Amino acid sequence: MSPWQAGLLLAFDLTLVLTLLGVAWQLLRGVNLFRSVVLFIAFGLLLSLAWVRLQAPDVALAEAAIGAGVTGALLLVALGRLRRMASGRHGGEGS
Amino acid sequence: MSRPRLSHVLTSLLAGALGVALVLILLELPAHSGLAEPVTEAMDRSGVGHEVTAVLLNFRGYDTFLELAVLLLAVWVAWSLGRQDPVPARSVRGPVLRGTLRHLVPVAVLTGGYLVWVGASTTGGAFQGGAVLGAAGVMLVLARPRSLPRVPRLGLRFVVALGVLVFLASGVGGLLGGHGFMGYHPDWAYALIVAVELAAAVSIGLGLVLLFLGGRVQGDDDDH
Repeated sequence: MSPWQAGLLLAFDLTLVLTLLGVAWQLLRGVNLFRSVVLFIAFGLLLSLAWVRLQAPDVALAEAAIGAGVTGALLLVALGRLRRMASGRHGGEGS
Repeated sequence: MSRPRLSHVLTSLLAGALGVALVLILLELPAHSGLAEPVTEAMDRSGVGHEVTAVLLNFRGYDTFLELAVLLLAVWVAWSLGRQDPVPARSVRGPVLRGTLRHLVPVAVLTGGYLVWVGASTTGGAFQGGAVLGAAGVMLVLARPRSLPRVPRLGLRFVVALGVLVFLASGVGGLLGGHGFMGYHPDWAYALIVAVELAAAVSIGLGLVLLFLGGRVQGDDDDH
């Protein structure tokens, strides 16, 4: 690997780490839950990229499929149920 | 107004100090290749060609077995919390989503099966394949949230528990065959591992869909 390529990879890694930290900070301090869930999914995808860079493709695949995909879907459906529960408390029980 | 700010500063300082301490400990770690060498030495007895799969399904099969049991337990708990309320999604009108799914679901099933199959020799495995299958199921549920298929009670429970059951049967078989609990006869290891992984992937996929639905499926009453 030429030093030029190594430098490019280092720049990529640094950008990835900074983006991960930034996304984590944003999703933890936001008050909009939907936005936080979407950011969590983005965080999972970025994290799986980080696993690829650490040469752990198995973990990367599991993180993308389960951490980002399925957990994201579970969080979104839980959020939808929470909203319906909240609106049902105000405006009568609808099925 | 100054109190919350002070506590914020204190929290940040403590968290920063903890982070610095962790990084320092990380730098002080002795150079050690971990368990890579013992695993590489034992690979010819594992029955599979991929180190990660060998560790997950053979050398540390008990841990993976417990992970499957945890997923089964999660479905159990979700069901014990009550009947499923409808998924908070509107039925989608128009042919686009259904037409897309008609093409996408077979591809997802193929991809999931491939991931399980290829896990024996390279990156892949039951959890990844199961997650792909589960994602296909979730999309099917989202396409028609009001008209879920009626599934036989016993069949549903059997398929969710299939991964744990097959793993347990294979583990007890190893015990009876003199290879220890969760051990394999080297000649049988490959077939048993692929069988366990396939069963586990199907159970994981179905378990994830059931967790997405949350609660027992409508019409699945066993209270009376």
